[in-house]
Amino acid sequence: MPVITYREALNQALAEEMVRDPNVLLMGEEVGQFNGAYKVSEGLLARFGPQRVIDTPISEAGFVGIGVGASMLGVRPVIELMFWSFYSVAFDQVLNNAANIRYMSGGQINCPIVIRGPANGGTNVGATHSLTPENVCANHPGVKVVVPATAYDAKGLLKAAIRDNDPVMFMENTILYNDKGEVPEGDYIVPLGVADVKRAGTDLTIVAHGRSVIHALQVAAILEKEHKVSAEVVDLRSIRPLDEATILASVRKTHRVLLVDENKPFCGVGAQIAYLIQDQAFDDLDAPIKRVSAIDAPQIYSPPLEKEQMPNPQRILHAALGVLA
Amino acid sequence: MANIIDMPKLSDTMTVGTLVKWKKRAGDAVKSGDILAEVETDKATMELESFFDGTLLKIFVPDGAQVAIGDALCAVGQPGEEVTAPATKKVETGKLKAEPTVPAAPVSAAPVAASVSERSAPPPSAPPAPVVAVAASVSERMVASGPRVRISPLARKLAVEKGIDYTGIAGSGPHGRIVRADILAAAPAAPAAAQISNLKSQIASGAPLLARDPIQPDHTFAVSNMRGTIARRLLESKTQIPHFYVEVEIDAEPLLVLRQQLNAALEKDGVKPWSPLAPPLAGKLSVNDFVLKACAEALRRVPSVNASWETSEIRYYGAVHVAFAVAIDDGLITPVIRNAHLKTLFQIAAEAKQLAALAKAKKLQPPQYTGGTFCVSNLGMMGVERFTAIINPPNSAILAVGAVVKKPVVKDDRIVVGQRMSLVLSCDHRVVDGALGATYLGALKQLLEAPSLLLL
Repeated sequence: MPVITYREALNQALAEEMVRDPNVLLMGEEVGQFNGAYKVSEGLLARFGPQRVIDTPISEAGFVGIGVGASMLGVRPVIELMFWSFYSVAFDQVLNNAANIRYMSGGQINCPIVIRGPANGGTNVGATHSLTPENVCANHPGVKVVVPATAYDAKGLLKAAIRDNDPVMFMENTILYNDKGEVPEGDYIVPLGVADVKRAGTDLTIVAHGRSVIHALQVAAILEKEHKVSAEVVDLRSIRPLDEATILASVRKTHRVLLVDENKPFCGVGAQIAYLIQDQAFDDLDAPIKRVSAIDAPQIYSPPLEKEQMPNPQRILHAALGVLA
Repeated sequence: MANIIDMPKLSDTMTVGTLVKWKKRAGDAVKSGDILAEVETDKATMELESFFDGTLLKIFVPDGAQVAIGDALCAVGQPGEEVTAPATKKVETGKLKAEPTVPAAPVSAAPVAASVSERSAPPPSAPPAPVVAVAASVSERMVASGPRVRISPLARKLAVEKGIDYTGIAGSGPHGRIVRADILAAAPAAPAAAQISNLKSQIASGAPLLARDPIQPDHTFAVSNMRGTIARRLLESKTQIPHFYVEVEIDAEPLLVLRQQLNAALEKDGVKPWSPLAPPLAGKLSVNDFVLKACAEALRRVPSVNASWETSEIRYYGAVHVAFAVAIDDGLITPVIRNAHLKTLFQIAAEAKQLAALAKAKKLQPPQYTGGTFCVSNLGMMGVERFTAIINPPNSAILAVGAVVKKPVVKDDRIVVGQRMSLVLSCDHRVVDGALGATYLGALKQLLEAPSLLLL
């Protein structure tokens, strides 16, 4: 099976879906002539032309709004945000309009839009460019929220997102763009709303999404080797809908849980999962649910401090040992 | 029934508490959260809180009384409710007891005399309470006890399931939290196999052999279905079947040589099924595989042993279904190899392995452990040289196989080193007479000493 980067996997998904369905188009800043701010859309303008790959001005509210409107008429736009942090400029379009159209129209109108882009810190780009708003988006009924951690999941989930008939918030990671993995050529889907047990284990469940999954796997290896602990890593893949069954099954097996994500703690994704677990699997818990989030402060600009602010393997390992105590 | 409030265990070293002063009197209304009394422990004076709404119906001990943990202090309920003062418990001087303390069954009809300081005499000894009733009353007691015990939800659930009173257990989790491991440690002793492996690891690590504490916590363990069934059937067998025992010691050298040759050749060949219909062979041949095959073959030569006593008739079977004993957690089970008289050594070996694995995983289905006509029990792998087994009804015999032992033997009138294996056949004298048993053993010996016959 070919080994390609996460970035290339996204590129393949976009190209294949644009071939499959002529209504799919890509819009965003620098997606065309510059081949993408992070080169995710490399080669697409040359291949599909300016009607399908559209460079936009720096006006998220405008072009996201155009995308939402177009999708209501049958177009299937993929809107690229250069950073997911910029969604706040288009908040009304994304989370007021797109999210509610199906409901408010009594089901007559739907909005099959995909909004994608990197949502991560760790690259020294400061407090206004490092948001991870999957938790904010997931709070809105009417949208789906997806965070792939691997190249394989990235391609399969983007295809599923494009084919989905409701707004899908697709959160990538600039640091993961270079990660390589085995990705099948051709068509395959990773369904939305299904988590993946990336590593099976018996003593501890680590629930994570996005880059935190990669860290969790590193920590699981250390736990096995140095502490003889068998940790299970559950990659959520979709935040909304949340695969509750997989999470609960894992907790019922291991009885101890550590939640890891890059969100700021207050109302982060982990907060919702902790509620779910204690509500549905209370009697299966042998220890309180613990969480590793970003430290609760605006994203730090100084690189060594930012590294400490974000979940990292050392902090995750420390927390895991605490849950196992 | 009124809620009985007991003296709670307020510190890990506390064994008795002093009820310093009642803050409420009998007849007072009580709300959940109200302080009922001050209790002095070995460490400090604490407040005893009520978890119930109602009326303080009865006080069992006066101001200043010293009360053992678990003994009743008072009763809270609805006015007019019947109150019985439960029996006092022994003051616990030692460490935590793992035994689920069975609360005395309330004496049904007789009202208790009203004196405040009186404690009623222990009720007439009740039969051992069934586990379910213990669990229910244990959880009631836990609700009634004082300050919150720190325990994980899982551990609490387990404790209730197992009928263990966790209020006496010291928790190993953070902040003294009782966790699952603590409940499992407090649970009745691990079954024999686990105890043996515990012992082995203790022997390996050295220290615990010199320990001066009890060899195990005093406790009772409800008899499982399996153990109960083993007990009943073997008691029936031992008391109702007239057992007698015939022994023979065989020269195991030819057997060992053949086994070695076959295993080496299998390994070299890569173990493969020799026909699409044969079960895949998983691993090597064991001595016991040869014994099982030989027993079936010997029954072909002496078929009268393959029979059952049926009071006015003896039933002789045309098929040999050989059962073999497998030790599992909490007991043993005898999976059956059906039609062993038709199967090759290889087939028997593969099936034995498969059945043993299923047995250990508790996944045997009834057809797999019933219907045997003969049974083999082998304690050779545990170092036992010779033993006698109890017949499994409705069989008429059982073979007990010992370990292969190097010992001096006489050969051609000289003393040489021999490899010997003891076979003891237990026989049901109603079906198998001495001569018949001896004849069977003779056939078995002949086959095992010329084991290439088993390959035909």
